[in-house]
Amino acid sequence: MKVLLDDQADAVFQALADRTRRDIVRRVLVEALSVSELAAEYEMSFAAVQKHVAVLERAGLISKQRVGREQRAHAEVSSIRSVRDMLDELEGLWRSRVRRIDALLAGEGPTTLGRSEAADDNR
Amino acid sequence: MPVTETFHDEATLTLTIVAEFAADPERVWDVYADPRQLETIWGPPTYPATVVDHSLDPGGRVTYFMTSPEGEKYCGLWEVVSADRPRRLEFRDYFADENFQVVESMPGSTCIYTFAPTETGTRATYESIFESADGLKTVLEMGVIEGSTGAINQVDELLARG
Repeated sequence: MKVLLDDQADAVFQALADRTRRDIVRRVLVEALSVSELAAEYEMSFAAVQKHVAVLERAGLISKQRVGREQRAHAEVSSIRSVRDMLDELEGLWRSRVRRIDALLAGEGPTTLGRSEAADDNR
Repeated sequence: MPVTETFHDEATLTLTIVAEFAADPERVWDVYADPRQLETIWGPPTYPATVVDHSLDPGGRVTYFMTSPEGEKYCGLWEVVSADRPRRLEFRDYFADENFQVVESMPGSTCIYTFAPTETGTRATYESIFESADGLKTVLEMGVIEGSTGAINQVDELLARG
């Protein structure tokens, strides 16, 4: 199970304690980017951006993949989302599904609802 | 609110949702027994579901696909373990390829739905038990996460929690 362990959590929080690194994570969540593409976005040296990417990589938040001649960084979504987060999200899915069931049942009108007519009239 | 209680069990990767509906259990069961009703409630409006084959008999299969806003299809299927109309439905929910063959590398989940009569209608209990965190992650990717906003929110929540 991918539950964050304490050491890993320390590394994650340390890595995300920096504004530039948080920004890098947001960018590579959307698309895989090379270090040079990332470096073009910031007013700092290529080496400085490369260092930030290395910190994020060590924390397991991003990983690099070779595409042709260059390495592209992408976010490791699985390490960002813990089991607890995922159960929370699944609960969200179920809440909206239950709302759809409720709407479908209510949309039928009281005639097919049998003994729940009274409850419907009180709405 | 129709949802009255929720239980999370991180150790067993289980989510339990309890909801109250103003309709009797037979009517709630019909939502699952009728493929046209099932597809209106299964996926979010942005990922509409289409049910292809449908049999709630034990050993029967329900095959479906969900279509993303970009037109990508995500296929899944149920294998019905037991069906006790209108009280209890148990099935295995699997990821499938476009020919509705189970994707063996992606563990599915066991779903146990129970419908109990109450004074005002039905108390429905939906239990989903996942075999692995990857299976859970894939379910969320099928329709819950739209683009990368969900993942970005996760980062913000992670920061807020620290």
